Amino acid sequence: MGTFSFGSLLRNAMAGHKDWPRQWRAPDPKPAYDAIIVGAGGHGLATAYYLAKEHGVRNVAVLEKGWLGGGNTGRNTTIIRSNYLWEESEALYDHAVKLWEGLSHELNYNVMYSPRGVLMLAHNIHDIQVFKRHVHANRLAGIDNEWLTAEQAKEFCPPLNIAPGMRYPVLGAALRRRGGVARYDAVAWGYARAADRLGVDIIQNCEVKGIRRDANGAVTGVETTRGDIATKKIGVVAAGHTSVVMSMADVRMPLESFPLQALVSEPVKPVMPCVVMSNTIHAYISQSDKGELVIGAGTDQYISYSQTGGLHITTHTLDAICELFPMFRRMRMLRNWGGIVDVTPDRSPIIGKTPVPGLFVNCGWGTGGFKATPGSGHVFAATIARDEPHPIAAPFTMERFVTGRLIDEAAAAAVAH
Amino acid sequence: MSDMAQPNRLPAGGAIEGRVDRNRPLAFTFDGKSYSGYAGDTLASALIAAGVKLIGRSFKYHRPRGIFSAGPEEPNALIELRGGARREPNTRATTIELYDGLEAASQNRWPSLAFDILAINQIASPLFVGGFYYKTFMWPASFWEKVYEPLIRRAAGLGRASESPDPDHYEKAYAFCDVLVVGSGPAGLAAALAAGRSGARVILCEDDAQLGGRLLSERQTIDDAPAHLFAAAAGGELRSLPNVCVMSRTQVFGAYDSEVYGALERVADHVTAPAAGVPRQRFWHIAAKRCVNAMGATERPIVFGGNDRPGVMLASAVRTYLNRFGVLPGRKAVVFTTNDDGWRTAADLVAAGAQVEAVVDPRASVDENLTKAAAAGGVRVLLGGYIVNVTGGARGVTSAIVSVAGKRQILTADLVAVSGGWNPQVALTTHRGGKPRWSDALSTFVPGDLPDGMTVAGAANGDLGLAESLRKGSEAGAAAAAACGFSAAPAPQPRAEDEPTAVAPLWHVAESRHKAFVDLQNDVTADDITLAHAEGFRSIEHLKRYTTLGMATDQGKTSNLNGHAMMAALTGQAMSDVGTILSRPPHQPVAIGAFAGHHRDRHFRPTRHTAGHAWALENGAVMVEAGPWLRPQYFPRSGEKDWLTTVVREVRTVRSVVGVCDVSTLGRIDIQGRDAAAFLDRVYVNTFSTLPVGKARYGVMLREDGFVMDDGTTSRFAEDHYVMSTTTANAAKIMQHLEFCHQALWPELDVSMVSVTEQWSQYAVAGPKARELLMQLYGPDVDLSNDALPYMGCREIPLRGIPTRLFRISFSGELAYELAVPARYGAAVLEALMALCGALGGCPYGTEAQSVMRIEKGHVAGNELNGQTVARDLGLGRMMSTKRDYIGRVMAGRPALMAPDRPTLVGIRPVEKGRRLTAGAHILPGGAAAVAANDQGYVTSVAYSPTCEGWIGLALVVNGPARHGERVHAFDAMRNNDQDVVICSPVFVDPEGVRLRG
Repeated sequence: MGTFSFGSLLRNAMAGHKDWPRQWRAPDPKPAYDAIIVGAGGHGLATAYYLAKEHGVRNVAVLEKGWLGGGNTGRNTTIIRSNYLWEESEALYDHAVKLWEGLSHELNYNVMYSPRGVLMLAHNIHDIQVFKRHVHANRLAGIDNEWLTAEQAKEFCPPLNIAPGMRYPVLGAALRRRGGVARYDAVAWGYARAADRLGVDIIQNCEVKGIRRDANGAVTGVETTRGDIATKKIGVVAAGHTSVVMSMADVRMPLESFPLQALVSEPVKPVMPCVVMSNTIHAYISQSDKGELVIGAGTDQYISYSQTGGLHITTHTLDAICELFPMFRRMRMLRNWGGIVDVTPDRSPIIGKTPVPGLFVNCGWGTGGFKATPGSGHVFAATIARDEPHPIAAPFTMERFVTGRLIDEAAAAAVAH
Repeated sequence: MSDMAQPNRLPAGGAIEGRVDRNRPLAFTFDGKSYSGYAGDTLASALIAAGVKLIGRSFKYHRPRGIFSAGPEEPNALIELRGGARREPNTRATTIELYDGLEAASQNRWPSLAFDILAINQIASPLFVGGFYYKTFMWPASFWEKVYEPLIRRAAGLGRASESPDPDHYEKAYAFCDVLVVGSGPAGLAAALAAGRSGARVILCEDDAQLGGRLLSERQTIDDAPAHLFAAAAGGELRSLPNVCVMSRTQVFGAYDSEVYGALERVADHVTAPAAGVPRQRFWHIAAKRCVNAMGATERPIVFGGNDRPGVMLASAVRTYLNRFGVLPGRKAVVFTTNDDGWRTAADLVAAGAQVEAVVDPRASVDENLTKAAAAGGVRVLLGGYIVNVTGGARGVTSAIVSVAGKRQILTADLVAVSGGWNPQVALTTHRGGKPRWSDALSTFVPGDLPDGMTVAGAANGDLGLAESLRKGSEAGAAAAAACGFSAAPAPQPRAEDEPTAVAPLWHVAESRHKAFVDLQNDVTADDITLAHAEGFRSIEHLKRYTTLGMATDQGKTSNLNGHAMMAALTGQAMSDVGTILSRPPHQPVAIGAFAGHHRDRHFRPTRHTAGHAWALENGAVMVEAGPWLRPQYFPRSGEKDWLTTVVREVRTVRSVVGVCDVSTLGRIDIQGRDAAAFLDRVYVNTFSTLPVGKARYGVMLREDGFVMDDGTTSRFAEDHYVMSTTTANAAKIMQHLEFCHQALWPELDVSMVSVTEQWSQYAVAGPKARELLMQLYGPDVDLSNDALPYMGCREIPLRGIPTRLFRISFSGELAYELAVPARYGAAVLEALMALCGALGGCPYGTEAQSVMRIEKGHVAGNELNGQTVARDLGLGRMMSTKRDYIGRVMAGRPALMAPDRPTLVGIRPVEKGRRLTAGAHILPGGAAAVAANDQGYVTSVAYSPTCEGWIGLALVVNGPARHGERVHAFDAMRNNDQDVVICSPVFVDPEGVRLRG
């Protein structure tokens, strides 16, 4: 298996690129595995990678009903930040940010992590008060987060409109400098390639149809469209469809699924130096390396598995983009799509064990799962390998909805729900 | 040719002369050089007429590119249109109507189009294969952020966006019809005529400025006359029908749920700038019972070496340039076609006086009529042949290398016309998830599952023949109208012929050894497909993402099918198993500003004014946003040095005399019905069924998860009639919540509710002289004594014939009332109130003074009702009924939400007298290190209290109520305002409530 480098690129270029191996194999499922991960999105692939890399569990299969990275990993707006409100979330997301920093080298795959700064705009007195509280909470947790005046925000992001005549003028902003974006496909592919090299079987077009359990209720395997596979540990990482998979083991999840839309503009030369988010007027935006403006909208109001979403939601978001960036009004929207996000009552994820022995779940990332990918996979792998929650994952159990020990990040969500 | 300025314009009066208006010459510039064209030209046809071949540089390799198509599928001829604030990058020259003074510039090149430094990328191109960037740019690690990424970003991105706000404006409009017909080619016109003649309300949308579609580009006949005359006549008839609306220059870009179609009308894109008051574009939501999709088809190219050179053009585009625009894209042509349709291009070129070197067709045999006609025109026929390479450069094609039966020959040519067959425009059928179906007969995908209400006719459905298109269109139009209840006697079909359309699939000339492009705009080559296959990116979604195939601004209109078929050949899969990428709306890119329309600047969202707004402004109020409303924040008087001075005066006046505050923005919901009381008992934590008529009660509502959602007073005016008040911010949300509860949870309850926020104006009258003021207002006949209207009482009292409601409720802690009057009397009553108030020595007060007084009194507001607090946290736990069930009860009882160590409401005062407190500071134990582990809560609200003569605050602190008197630390590194504070009771003023009962 070749290692990626400029040298290997050069050698292959001279050889007409005929010798590149597959980046991952296309194996048939074996009869049994030590662990099975359901869902080959970024979180699932990262889980498999860390299981193999850090816990020596290499006899692992990742089952994917479609093609790897084809769910929310391939549909999101790629924002990475860790300026969350609660200590538990700060620990989780900051764990991820630290892994992001070295991920390209870790995976030998350029995931193009680009910490260009995330600005969160305040438009009214309430926003200012909430953000300042956030800044303090983050400072206490040792996470960088700064408060900028409107003028400083404009200096950081020149296209931003801070005119006082706006309906909701920009009054200031919180800036997370090490927040940014990454190339979402590369994250899935990089983890897939690295996991595959460690012996993990990534099995695409293989839909889980049932979960088998013994007399004690413990898992013994899965039924799939490509046959039955035995295993004693199953990690479900199926994003919007987690509830469906978990119901196969009679576990009812505290999740609701909503369509969430995003869109891109035509590509242009660099105009947008950072990420800008506005909860109050519902928009977030950055520019990809290819030059497209990447714009995120809010969720639909009603639960649904439709991957389209309403025209009025897009319209509402583009109103806000035009308001914040009047110079983008003439740019053109190129593509508009939707994904399904799974949302918990406190807007924080669920990572951990379940009432079913051998069944683990990692879900509920709502509108903001991409940023956590490496951290989520890392702590979930440890949880599966040791059969006990990783310390960072420990607060994110399902039981918290029974005990009430919630991690309420609704106020910190990217866009108000 | 006749015209020096337009060397490639066919002479007027020839066999083929086109239909531009030669009496209306138009001047334009490209890269600063002046040219001329005619009305009816596109920018592309005018550039061809002028002999300009090099239009742009490609995305990655900076290869010279020319004009490839004659429509919206154009991948190559992308330019920056207009300048300054109106600059539009990535604009397709093939869709721009020429206008006088048009300015265009090439893009993605430096220093000039002819000499582009980054063309050096072609030499290094072996490195720049699909996905190369995932494999490198990682060493040294710090270089990605600092060096590589900035370089990549500068190199990528095609044109330059405008750097100033768009000076134009956009409109939104809504239309409703029985039958929407999309496209005005033969099928669309026939459908619109059939539906229109039946009396149905029809909207016909055509992207082009002229109706007719391919009828404008072909030398076909209908009813023995040139086909374009049929289009003109049909257009005339449709425009004359009162029930038909013809919208040209209107692109239907998306199909959405509930049979809603998004459409963009280009109102003023064909002129230099919109006239005053005219929008640039209009964004239509069209709700149609039925839709006949007649969007036609797009010709697909063939992948072979050098197929990107300027002068390689779609065969149908060549015919469009000849027949519609009267311009000659080349003088010496080779036609490379896999289907009968392509042969027509040879015939038309010959008719226009061009030399056609050969028709190259990979099929071993074709219809005899085709070869005979070619021979008659002096055209060589090379059956079983392929073009393996095209040579040339920035000046265009110089030759085509053709392989026939293993033998190569070089044909000199400056034009290569290519046809690989036709792809129906399935986009609109897939926007709602429909999957297209593979057709072996046409070697392409045709519409499969259709969205509700849509039928597809003509070439869009794979019916390529003219007669068939007309017939199927007519049937679809009649059927759509019939589905809406309209019928008409069938009209005779126009006479037309079905020309031969046989096709054999050929995606890629495998013999080609030179760069062969699959996706011209994103520079995806045949080798990239092979590489993607080798590396395992075999699903078409992986292929797309790894190579960027089909991800350019044309969404793969000319590239997807070829790329997918090439992958299918490599994997050995059938195309029906491979499937295709579902296209996303919009079908063609749409300006972001068009979505926003006039929702910009002050009109971004509605601004709501209370009836007292004008009075407040006249009296110098400083206004503040409160949700969608504007409210007076404070009323400065001359001589007051800052806002704090004003607020202190307002508070003192209220506490010592009287003040009036406009509280009309609070939500009010009128709730009536036999079960109104039972309904309220289920939504509030406390009981409202026991509330006597004529009384008000403070209520708290929880979300399903047990957290506090909202609070407010609700008053009972009759057994079956309550008026609820909500916070300003949550007014709409609570209304929605109540409706949900009633409609989804308890439909059996006999209760109705309506928001009456806008129907009533409401004024708080607070202070020791509040009663006196109101007695003066109502006159001596109304008894407002403590017995007649006690604390928490409410009454309906007429005021000079106006129905008013008077509530004895207090947010300030003073003797206070809220007076509600119908909103149309709001301004008058406010003026009357303020006159009396002023005479008593009182004053108006705003939200700041209101906030100071509620903090002094320890009342919670938005900062404490932040969605993260339960009733107990706010000291409201005792309100929660233990006898009955209500929303949120069970979840609020979860152990961690009952735990004493939750942050709970307290008051705080600075240790250092006179020091200012700041909200958002976090509370740490005294002397503890500033780390998250020591975080014990935070300061929610602060105010300067004139009553306490110092800063006070409310905070949520772990174990709060047990810690009154404890000295803790307020951490505020951001504003350098770290300080010690003392925890105290949250009620700073009149804890016994003597004043409000006075």
